[in-house]
Amino acid sequence: MQNAILAGLFGGITCSVVGVFVVTMHLSFIGVCIAHAAFAGALLGLWLGFNPLVGALVFSLASAAIIGPVADRGELNPDTSIGIIFSLMLGLAFLFMGLMPGARTEALNLFWGSILTVTRRDLIFLAAVTGVILGLVILFYKEVQAVICHRQVALAVGIPATAVFYGLLFGTGVTITASLQSIGGLLIYSLIINPAAAAYQLTYSLKRMLLLAMAFGVISCWVGLSASYLLDIPSGAAIVITSAVIFGLATAFSPKRRVKGWKQVPLAG
Amino acid sequence: MDNTLIKIQDAVVSYREDIALQGVSLEVKRGEFIGIIGPNGAGKTTLLTVINGLGKLVHGQVWVLGSRLSGRNSSNLRKRIGYVAQVENIDPRLPISVRETVMVGCYSHLGLFHRPTRAHWKTVDEVLEMVGIAHLAQRPIGHLSGGEYQKAAIARALVQQPEIFLLDEPTASLDPQAQREILSLIQLIHREYHMTTLFVTHDLRTLPPICQRLILMKEGKIWQQGSPESMLREEVLSQLYGVPISVAIEIARSEQVVI
Repeated sequence: MQNAILAGLFGGITCSVVGVFVVTMHLSFIGVCIAHAAFAGALLGLWLGFNPLVGALVFSLASAAIIGPVADRGELNPDTSIGIIFSLMLGLAFLFMGLMPGARTEALNLFWGSILTVTRRDLIFLAAVTGVILGLVILFYKEVQAVICHRQVALAVGIPATAVFYGLLFGTGVTITASLQSIGGLLIYSLIINPAAAAYQLTYSLKRMLLLAMAFGVISCWVGLSASYLLDIPSGAAIVITSAVIFGLATAFSPKRRVKGWKQVPLAG
Repeated sequence: MDNTLIKIQDAVVSYREDIALQGVSLEVKRGEFIGIIGPNGAGKTTLLTVINGLGKLVHGQVWVLGSRLSGRNSSNLRKRIGYVAQVENIDPRLPISVRETVMVGCYSHLGLFHRPTRAHWKTVDEVLEMVGIAHLAQRPIGHLSGGEYQKAAIARALVQQPEIFLLDEPTASLDPQAQREILSLIQLIHREYHMTTLFVTHDLRTLPPICQRLILMKEGKIWQQGSPESMLREEVLSQLYGVPISVAIEIARSEQVVI
C-alpha cells in the first residue's frame, strides 16, 4: 500500500503537469494517441519478451516524433492524421495481444493498471520521471509559458518554440510510459486531462493552474486508492472516476462561468 | 551593406502547388516606413515572413540586419525584429495576463535559464502605459477587445526593442475607432523610435499617412513601387485591385486617405 500511495503521489503530479500543457494547447487528441502508442509498445515488449516499459517508451516517443511534424506541417488535417496514427496504435495493440501465447493477465494489467502491485523498480522510474519533468518545467518555465499560451508569438520573438513544443510532446510520452504500469493504458489519459481541465476552470494564472492540477491529480489518486481499498473496486477506475468528479465540481463552481457586473434592469412602467 | 537594413534578392516561396512569391527583390533602408498593399493572396504576408525567417525560400537570398538569413541564424535575428499579426481568435480562458503576454517580448533577450528582473517588469509597465492599456495589465489576455489586444501585441513587440517592425494587417477586423487608435500609435512609435517599419494592409483606408514608400503587390510579385503620391492614383489602384477605385482625398494633402 505504501508503494501505491507513493505511485499515486508521483503519478498524480507528473500526469497533471503534462496535462496542463495538453489542455492549454488544446492537444487532447494528441495525448490520447501517445497513450495508446505507449500501450501498443508495452504489449509488443510482453509478446517478444523484453521489458514492456522499453517498448512503451520507444513507441510513445516515436509517435510524438511523427505527430509533431504532421500537426505542424498541415500536409493532412491534423485531426485526420492523428486519428490514423491513433487507430494504427490501437490495431497494433490488439494484434500484439492476439499473438501473445498463454494467459494475458499481464497484458490486461497494462490495460487497467495495477497501482496496488506496483514494484519498487517501477516506483523509482516514476519518481525519477516526476523529478525530471518538474525540474525542466521550473528551469524553462518562461519558455514553456510562452509556447503553450502564444506559440506563434514565441516563434516570432526568437524563442526556440518548435524545440519546446517537441520537448512537451516527448515529456508527455515519457510520463505516460512511466505511469502505464500503475494507472493503465486506457485510464492514464483521464488522469492527464481531468485534473488539468479542472484547474483550467478555476484560474487565469499558469502557476496556480499547475499547482491546482497537481493537487487534483494527487487527490484523485489517493481518494481513488482509498475507495478501491474500502469498496473492493478496481483502483484505476476509482482514480479516474474521482478525477472526473473533481472536474465536474470545478466546472460547476468555476469563476470563469460567472457573469460579472450585470444586473437586471427593472422594466419601466 | 551601407544603410540597407533588408535586402531580398529574387525570393521564391511556394506552398505546395501555390507559388506565394515569384522572384521578389527589395531593398529597405534604415528608418524607412513602407506600406505594402495589394489584394488578398498577393504575397504581402509571405514577404514579411521571408524577412523574419519564418517563410521558407525555394530560391533566392535574404539579408537582414547585416546577416544573410539562414536556418541557423533566423531565430537569433528574429529577436531583433518585432512582429505584429492581425487579431487572432484567442481562448478567453487562457491562463496568462496582459502583463505576462507583453513580457514574452523580453524573453528572447533574456535567454535560457534567466528570469525576468524587476527592471524588465518596469519596462513592461512603462510600455503598457505608453500604448494606453496600463489599466488592463492584470486582465487575462483573452478578455481584451480586438483593439486592446492589438495594443498589447504592439507593446510586446516594443519591449523586444526591435530594429525592424513588421506589421501584418494590424487593423484588420477592428472597428473604425480602434483602427484610428492603432494607426495613431504606430505613427507615434515611428516618430519616437525611427524603427524601420513595414506595414501590410489590403484596406487602403488604413494606410498610415506617414508611409514614405508604397509597394504594390499582385500575384506574388512586386507590381509597382514608389512614393504614396505616385502610387495612390485611381488608374494605378484600379489596375491593382481589378475593380474601379476612386480616391476621395489625395494623400499628399491630407492626414487621412479615404478610398
